[in-house]
Amino acid sequence: RVTGVPPQVIPGHEARSVEALCWAAGERLFGAGLGGDITEYDLARLRAARPVDGCGGPIWSMAANSSGSQLAIGCEDGSVKLFQVVPGGIQFERNLDRRKGRILCLSWHPSDTHIAAGSIDALRVFNVCSGQTVQRIMVNYHVQKVKRECIVWSIAFLSSGTVVTSDSFGRVQFWDWERGTLLESHTVSTSAVLSLAVSEEEDSIVVGTSTGATYQFQLLPVKMGSLEKRWVRTKPFQHHTHDVRAVAHSSTALISGGLDAQLVIRPLMEKVQKKGYDAVLRKFTFPHRRLVSCARKARLLLFQFSQHLELWRLGSTDETGKDGEVLPLRRMPEHLLQLKSKGPEHIYCSCVSPCGTWVAYSTASRFHLYRVQYEGDGVSIKKVPKVPKLLLPAYQLQFSSDSSSLFVAAARGSVHVLQLLEPGGCKHLHTFQPPSGSPEAVYLLASSADGHWLAAVGGDWAIHTYNLKCFKHHCAVPTYSCAVTALAVHPVTNNLVIAYSDQQLFEFSIPEKQYTAWSRMVQNCGLHKVWLERDSPITHIAFNPKNPSHILLHDTYMFCVLDKSLPLPDDSALLMNQSTLKQLPETARQRQLHAFKICKKFQPLLFADLLDENCLVMVERPIMDIKTQLPLPIQQKKFGT
Amino acid sequence: MVAPAALRVVRCGGSTLHGARACLGPSSGGQRRFSPSRYLLCASGDFVKMYSVATEETLRLMGGHADLVTGIQLNPHNHMQLYSSSLDGSIKLWDFMDGIPIKTFTVGSKLLALYTLASSEDSVFVVIPKSGERDTYQLVSVKLTKAAGQDLEAKELLVVLDGVDASPKRIAFGREGEYVAAVKEVNLQVYFFKRKQLNRFSVSAAKTKSGNNHFTCIACHPTEDCIATGHADGKIRLWRNFYHKKEYTFSTLHWHHDTVMDLAFSMEGTSLLSGGVESVLVLWHNESDCQKDFLPRLGSAIEYISVSPDGALCCTLHTDNRITIINSNLRFSKSIQGLIKSTDVKTGLVVDPRTKALVLNGEPGHLQFYCLQSDQQLFSLDILQRQYIHQAGLNQADLVKVAFSAQGKWLATVEEREEVTDPELQLKLWFYDEETQSFKLNTRINMPHEDHITDMCFRDMDELEDDSLILVTAGRDCVFKVWVMVEDTDPEAQQRVSWSCDFVGSYHNYQATNCCFSEDGSLLAVSFEETVTVWDSVTWDLKCTFCHPPGKIRNICFGRLTCSKYLIGATDNGFLCCWNLLSCALEWSAHLNILVLQPDPLSEYIAAVSWLSKESSLFVFKPNEPRPIYIQRNLCKEKIQLAAFVPRDEPETIGSEKYLWLRRSQLFFLTDTQELMTLSTKSLEERLTPSSKQLAVEESLPMTPFSLLLGKHRRQQSQEDIDLGKLVVCNKHEQDSPAVKELLHTPAHVLPSASFLCPIFINSLLISKENKSAEEVADEVEMESEKTDDDSDEERDVTEMEQEDTSPVELLGKMTCKLSKSQEKELRKIRKMDYSWISAF
Repeated sequence: RVTGVPPQVIPGHEARSVEALCWAAGERLFGAGLGGDITEYDLARLRAARPVDGCGGPIWSMAANSSGSQLAIGCEDGSVKLFQVVPGGIQFERNLDRRKGRILCLSWHPSDTHIAAGSIDALRVFNVCSGQTVQRIMVNYHVQKVKRECIVWSIAFLSSGTVVTSDSFGRVQFWDWERGTLLESHTVSTSAVLSLAVSEEEDSIVVGTSTGATYQFQLLPVKMGSLEKRWVRTKPFQHHTHDVRAVAHSSTALISGGLDAQLVIRPLMEKVQKKGYDAVLRKFTFPHRRLVSCARKARLLLFQFSQHLELWRLGSTDETGKDGEVLPLRRMPEHLLQLKSKGPEHIYCSCVSPCGTWVAYSTASRFHLYRVQYEGDGVSIKKVPKVPKLLLPAYQLQFSSDSSSLFVAAARGSVHVLQLLEPGGCKHLHTFQPPSGSPEAVYLLASSADGHWLAAVGGDWAIHTYNLKCFKHHCAVPTYSCAVTALAVHPVTNNLVIAYSDQQLFEFSIPEKQYTAWSRMVQNCGLHKVWLERDSPITHIAFNPKNPSHILLHDTYMFCVLDKSLPLPDDSALLMNQSTLKQLPETARQRQLHAFKICKKFQPLLFADLLDENCLVMVERPIMDIKTQLPLPIQQKKFGT
Repeated sequence: MVAPAALRVVRCGGSTLHGARACLGPSSGGQRRFSPSRYLLCASGDFVKMYSVATEETLRLMGGHADLVTGIQLNPHNHMQLYSSSLDGSIKLWDFMDGIPIKTFTVGSKLLALYTLASSEDSVFVVIPKSGERDTYQLVSVKLTKAAGQDLEAKELLVVLDGVDASPKRIAFGREGEYVAAVKEVNLQVYFFKRKQLNRFSVSAAKTKSGNNHFTCIACHPTEDCIATGHADGKIRLWRNFYHKKEYTFSTLHWHHDTVMDLAFSMEGTSLLSGGVESVLVLWHNESDCQKDFLPRLGSAIEYISVSPDGALCCTLHTDNRITIINSNLRFSKSIQGLIKSTDVKTGLVVDPRTKALVLNGEPGHLQFYCLQSDQQLFSLDILQRQYIHQAGLNQADLVKVAFSAQGKWLATVEEREEVTDPELQLKLWFYDEETQSFKLNTRINMPHEDHITDMCFRDMDELEDDSLILVTAGRDCVFKVWVMVEDTDPEAQQRVSWSCDFVGSYHNYQATNCCFSEDGSLLAVSFEETVTVWDSVTWDLKCTFCHPPGKIRNICFGRLTCSKYLIGATDNGFLCCWNLLSCALEWSAHLNILVLQPDPLSEYIAAVSWLSKESSLFVFKPNEPRPIYIQRNLCKEKIQLAAFVPRDEPETIGSEKYLWLRRSQLFFLTDTQELMTLSTKSLEERLTPSSKQLAVEESLPMTPFSLLLGKHRRQQSQEDIDLGKLVVCNKHEQDSPAVKELLHTPAHVLPSASFLCPIFINSLLISKENKSAEEVADEVEMESEKTDDDSDEERDVTEMEQEDTSPVELLGKMTCKLSKSQEKELRKIRKMDYSWISAF
């Protein structure tokens, strides 16, 4: 089931690009890249672990056999190496027959007896037992007058003995490996076909091209009831603007990802039984993580990039205006500082304190805390020395609302509390642990405004609340079957508002250790259908201190003010009714009001927070900004002439 | 000849060739060795036309349907037979090699499309309107009874699919008749005959940027389970796995930018042909988006595509009434051009005096010369000489006026670009070059008038010299201009003469609307809105004016021959006026809303077509009599826009006094739906006989060993006749003796046995003593042979005996005249012996 579970992110490393990923031995994930290492990822702690050198130069491809007990890697030097997957790591087993030419793709035969490897101008089939090359097929042979080399970008070995290749000439070809003959050839595109994936039943193939189009091939009977079947190119999809570097074929959907930084899940309508979440095209462009943090009192924004942080002071204005007007600024926004992270590792999380004087960030192996001092217009920054040695990495950082302490979410469900000391020091106060223990790391934190409560969500989606005054575990919120995407503690009532990945909203009173009446009412009535069918999760929750019944929610495509005092809309009502309400006279408007006030003006919305009673900060990240940083897509004329 | 009761309005020639997909006939067995003769059959109006693929000639015109032919299909069990369906509710089975209707099945309701299947022995499929509901149609199978007789009732109807589209392109039968697929709007339905299962699919109805994706046409793969559908947005979808309601799948081919008009699979199914308004035939190989071939510049939008049963040829039918025959390697082969129906005939119907062809707007910017007799385009003259761009809303120059001089030596054309502020005008004068047999541009005049040219005419003076030729143009800029030829003084000039303006006349600053010369050319009548002015064509003095307020003058013409003193004018407030030029007074007037006023150039008759309460009526009158000679009310339901008298080659014998006006010329008219019609006194069968039956036989006479032998024999004979040098008994009659003809021209399968034919044949070769008696005998023989066709074999002996007795026979050859009595007797004996051994076979 494809759900909107917020993806867990393993922080990257500058020197270790990932060229190939595969699952092996159950739930173990391996990655290999041009760095030449094979890395296993620790999924519980979300970090890379135990890199093993492949000893064959850059690794272009990796594939696990059907049982997951062996890994094969294809290297720059043309060698195919086998590794045994053993508990706690991998072990080099043997080299297969080595020829010149980098191995760009690999595929195991489902019976694990043979491996097909794609190289430049050729594909080879190895016998795993003997390690010998048993077949070598020149793919370029059938194209005359072409001097260019033909790169086999992707390969798949079907159980029938058919080898499917996709190459840089835009062809998808089907070969009989034993005879070395071409069975079928489909020219899909004028540019390269980069990726290929086969369904489990081997009756459907999805390929991705460098023009951003993906195509489906299906094995269909030529005539009704006859046994003769043929591969037919059926559906084309154009969801990407750039190279489609990776595709996957699940039983109900085609999944593709590419250079344009989008992940697209295209459901196969004929396989989906009922209309619902699965039956809708999903496009993921933005991470469902908080990359922006806001110092409300100091009016600062901290932006997290993969290897640096930027601190900005917001501009301000004295003017007021009507809806839709752009007001002139009294003070321009100001770039205060840029903080570069040392080392090749990527920044995993960062935070700025509400008063703006503390900035903290963490990479996979290090934790940094800085003291920022403002002297008039100038800014000086000082690293806090001797930060306590913690179990790293930190998965989430959160300052308390009075900026006196920092909460660090760590592995095994633990949360560290650091006390910040003036001028520029810190002390480890306490470590919270869930009473029953947890193998998963904490990935979301929320603290109450009065400094009394802390809520933490772990990878097992259990929410624990802690009492900060007496450093005690307070209670656990009843577990729910979906992942938590955002949570926050109400500043007045100390109610914990929780948003789940299935778009459900809960309100849990921490002092009373139970769901509030409103939350029970929401569960009884049910939320609006349109609300539940949205596909991007709520990424941030904020409150309006002036009006305690208002909850501010946002996801990538909308901003919503949830007014608890108003009735919930039923399915027949219009959910997005702001524009229609505007046209109605005041009296009629009252009758049409419901709890959800949705604004879709800001898209895509990265962050929204309330600075003070009448000031809201929104951070947009226009898609064009991202696209301009991407390499140029393949130029195609509109009519393909 | 018995005069028929009334004149009939006949849709003549020029009917659209693209009422239905054409059928490419088979190459007929025995003839293939000598000539790869093949036939192209297509529905054309009420007729089915048969063309020879090799020569592009019309071989046969098969008439018999009383309404539009909507579908033709070869009989899948006998490729020499053809089924045709018509709106008159009948299906006819033809032997198209002979043009004989074999059977007529009456279904009853309108038939909109016809399909045949090899797998269904005795039924065909037709689309009929659903009874009781408007605009809903159903596909039914009609059981064709095997009963004897020509006219049969076919009442056994079985509904196959409901809610289908009326267009024949939107239903197709799949591989081996396993299923039938029909599309309508955004829905596709597939019915499997064996499983009795109906699957429905649909595409999203949402309108996209590139237009809607309604289905427009459908074709089924001949050997695989694959359906190709064309869409209004130019996409082609290939459907597979459609026997699963859910797991069906389709792929898309996209090249056309506009509606896909028709699709056809090649015979093997390896390639798919598609066509649309782009006038490009696209050949898709292996259903792949990347492998395609094009045959561009086919002239006009492709309406239908059909492929011959052996796959060697395909043909496309175009919107401009043209058939293009294309080789299987996508090479243009032949084209058959009918009357091009341009959207707006601005030039009017003009008759070329030289060829007697009808001249009117053809392709954009071209003038077509259309031969009425052969129903084919003679040639197309490029007037504009500019590239035409197919794009909606583009303002392009077009040909608006045409005039021929009396002898057809000069041609004047006016082209204009429709623009509100200042129209772009060009007057061109063309000279007929005898050497090249075509018109050559002589003079081009830019902006001859400040505003649109409303009328143009040459001075029709047959006897006068060439340089007295005068052209008059009337314009909306309130003047008429007289153009004359002048000697070109420039030594560099390539031609002797050129045209220039001689006189500009105007009248009270009114717009000039019509102009017309009297028969002798001495007077010019120009109408200025409400007034008709008459000018002396020598001095250009205004002679007199006539008017009939408050109506503006719509048409004017002079009377001819005995009535040349009259001037006729029609006004737009519904009056037809006749003025006497001698007395300058109104002779008579009639209250008629005349749209078209057309004088016959060869007689004094004038035809006027009126439009009143949604029907057109025809009035024929002589100017000197206020009473019309002939009135036909309700000529047709459509508005008649244009009319023309076309002189007959030889005057026709007209029985009735009433139709005397049709003796010298024939009246053709064009309705606003671009239908060319004529009036005929003859009944349908009569009209057909000469052209369809006789011609076809002569043209398609095959070169067989037998005909070669006969031809040799004949040549010898005629040579000998000459050698003899003296007047012998004329043998001509035996060469075209009906018996021989019968023998040669009747198809083999309907001929009686050889033993029966032999005496007739030999008899026909013999010479009787008297010319006259031989003819009589021949007639008799023919009659008898007809009789015996129907009779049983027993009677054969009797007829033979009769022939023996009655025919005084002699041997042919050079001995003819020298035979003695004894020899004659001997010969008779030999002949008697003949029969016995032949009949043994």
